[in-house]
Amino acid sequence: MTDFPDHWQHRTPRVRLAIWFGWLCLVALFVWCWELMTARTIWSFVWDAPTQAADIGSRMFPPRWTYVENLLVPLWDTLNMATLGTILGVILAVPIAFLAARNTSPFPLVTRPVALFIIVASRSINSLIWALLLVAVLGPGLLAGILAIALRSIGFIGKLLYEAIEETDIRQVEAITATGASGSQVLTYAIVPQVLPAFWGITVFRWDINIRESSILGLVGAGGLGLNLQASISTLAWPQVTMIMIVILATVVLSEWVSAKVRQAII
Amino acid sequence: MTSYPTTWRRPPQIFTDRRWRIALQIGALVYLVFALGTLDVNWARIADGAERGLRFVAGFLQPDFTSRWRDISIGLVESLTMTLTATVVGVAISVPIGIGAARNITPRWVYMVCRSIIAVSRSLQEIIVAIFFVAMFGFGPFAGFLTLVFGTIGFLSKLLAEDIEDIDESQAEAVRSTGASWLQLINYAIQPQVMPRLIGLSLYRLDINFRESAVIGIVGAGGIGATLNTAIDRYEYDSAGAILLIIIGLVLVAEYSSSYLRKFLQ
Amino acid sequence: MLELTSLTKVYKTGDKALNDVSFTVPKGQIVGLIGPSGAGKSTLIRCINRLVEPTSGSIKLGGRELTRLSSGELRAQRRRIGMIFQEFALVERLTVMENVLSGRLGYVSFWQSLTRRFPPADIQRAYRLLDRVGLMSHADKRADALSGGQRQRVGIARALAQEPELLLVDEPTASLDPKTSRQIMRLLVEICAEDGLPAIVNIHDVPLAQQFMQRIIGLQSGRVVFDGPPEALTTEALTTIYGAEDWNAMKNDAAEDVAAEADAVRRMAAISA
Repeated sequence: MTDFPDHWQHRTPRVRLAIWFGWLCLVALFVWCWELMTARTIWSFVWDAPTQAADIGSRMFPPRWTYVENLLVPLWDTLNMATLGTILGVILAVPIAFLAARNTSPFPLVTRPVALFIIVASRSINSLIWALLLVAVLGPGLLAGILAIALRSIGFIGKLLYEAIEETDIRQVEAITATGASGSQVLTYAIVPQVLPAFWGITVFRWDINIRESSILGLVGAGGLGLNLQASISTLAWPQVTMIMIVILATVVLSEWVSAKVRQAII
Repeated sequence: MTSYPTTWRRPPQIFTDRRWRIALQIGALVYLVFALGTLDVNWARIADGAERGLRFVAGFLQPDFTSRWRDISIGLVESLTMTLTATVVGVAISVPIGIGAARNITPRWVYMVCRSIIAVSRSLQEIIVAIFFVAMFGFGPFAGFLTLVFGTIGFLSKLLAEDIEDIDESQAEAVRSTGASWLQLINYAIQPQVMPRLIGLSLYRLDINFRESAVIGIVGAGGIGATLNTAIDRYEYDSAGAILLIIIGLVLVAEYSSSYLRKFLQ
Repeated sequence: MLELTSLTKVYKTGDKALNDVSFTVPKGQIVGLIGPSGAGKSTLIRCINRLVEPTSGSIKLGGRELTRLSSGELRAQRRRIGMIFQEFALVERLTVMENVLSGRLGYVSFWQSLTRRFPPADIQRAYRLLDRVGLMSHADKRADALSGGQRQRVGIARALAQEPELLLVDEPTASLDPKTSRQIMRLLVEICAEDGLPAIVNIHDVPLAQQFMQRIIGLQSGRVVFDGPPEALTTEALTTIYGAEDWNAMKNDAAEDVAAEADAVRRMAAISA
């Protein structure tokens, strides 16, 4: 009779050791970061938080329903900021996406890095930070908000679009090239039709995100619902804050529904 | 010999009814006119701002890392530590909630509870959450930490739940048929299938959390965002430029290393 | 008509895809290019319209040298060469008509093509070609709504819309079933005969090549190892091209196809009787 081993282990001892070591490092890192982060935390505030929360919570209800009249114009501004910002962002993002895509970049060694840097810079900086800068430069108002939305959208749309361009079917491009078409004709006949559905999907998706973001840009002075939010918080008008949050929530849910419907229709 | 038509028009692809097309075009035009009409542009203010805009561009091109380095480094440490701790705690909380929000392995009422937690977390913008946490816990990175944890829960639990719902049912079936308990089911059938995705998503969330940590400072939740806000308030555009470049650089590093790590772990 | 002289292509990886290939194709001749995969068939026909850049050698179409052209001249020369692709390579999301009209892109300006305002003569020609390939009623459908055989017919119409002086055909039947393959090949041969068009057909299916081609060129590792009429394509010749085993397997497959098709025809006849 053969002797079968009577013990079995999932992993070799070395791998197990490595995994344990990895976990240990993570825990140590976590503790160290925690210490650093909380070094300047005032714990009495933290322990006091439940009372504070209960206090704010009790003041927030019931919401001040009549305040909704004052929110209609800011709501309209918010929608415009998102929509116009998306349109402007798309207009700026499309050429950048074509410059960034490996297969359509005219001078890949020069244009690709530039286009990719623009995309990365736009993506890493949140629209609220863009708004902060633009409000400082242009003064408070819708224009700063629209530009902030547009600048943030460039990176998002540019990245997804250039990936879609790089994924186009090379055979269709080859076939159009073989007819004697010029570069711009190859672009419009072979590449554009292939990326058009992706383009609309990305645009509508970003519009939906932009509605969400434009509702808070007012916090730094860029107009829309956020302005009212900022004003209500600084005057401690909590019932108004609740009302504004309800309006924001409803808008976001609605725009998400619209964008999901449109994207379904496209695909 | 038959003669062939000499004209051809591309048939409309989406809205086949001509009236609908015209109505939509007019509607879009009217909207644009109205929307642009509400844009009350103060040209004098913009002309004033142009000079500042140029100074900002100059600051971005010639960033000043040194004169505010102390503030910048404090902000950075806060942001980075906040990001890491919030991601770890967020993942730890997301896992049970994510399992609870997977329709195929939990009872109905648990599912409803977990799904509502996710819905609440996802529907509130982080900046609003940050405002509330700052009001409750005071200024500083602790409020930021809580905000990021809150955001992480909505993001990770939802994706994790969707992954669990998408798992290969036959494997779960096979494990169930051996008479395994619920915990054993999770451990043997679910965990191996979703573990790589969970690690990938956590790293992705780490990246997002860093970006968010740069924003929530604006409302007082600590981190590099607070430093940036101060720099802009003081019109120190060269320091602001330096901070933005640091953010861009760190986001790039985080993105590349997380995509590299994800490949390495799979 | 078409004259290739010591055409050679070496890829960057060092692979010699074509090695000193020379032959001429007179007006109206249909040449089948056969050989195992990797023999350089695809590279050869792509060198002729310069989708692939040849390393050395010369290509002359009607006395005009095709290598060493400026990009403007290259466009003008590509118009003279129609190409039909293995997997149709239609622009899936455009209508059938736009796909056929895309054969005219080399003749119209960018703005004309962007606004789809092609000259009346082009549109008339496109309709005539669609009628010729039997798709008159499908002009306004999107290309991805068609079956494989129909798509290849659109591909043929697009190539003919160029009013080419030479047709390059890359594995026209590779993604079609045997019956449709024969229909497509028959259509191609008819059209070439009608217009006196020379064609180079890259084809992996030897029996199909023997049935429809007037002349066959065998490639092996980038070299011409056979050049003659289909009758001269003996078992020995095929063995030099393909190696013994591959060739026998291919012959059996083809016999099965023919038997299956004949069987289907018999059954259809029985049903309709």
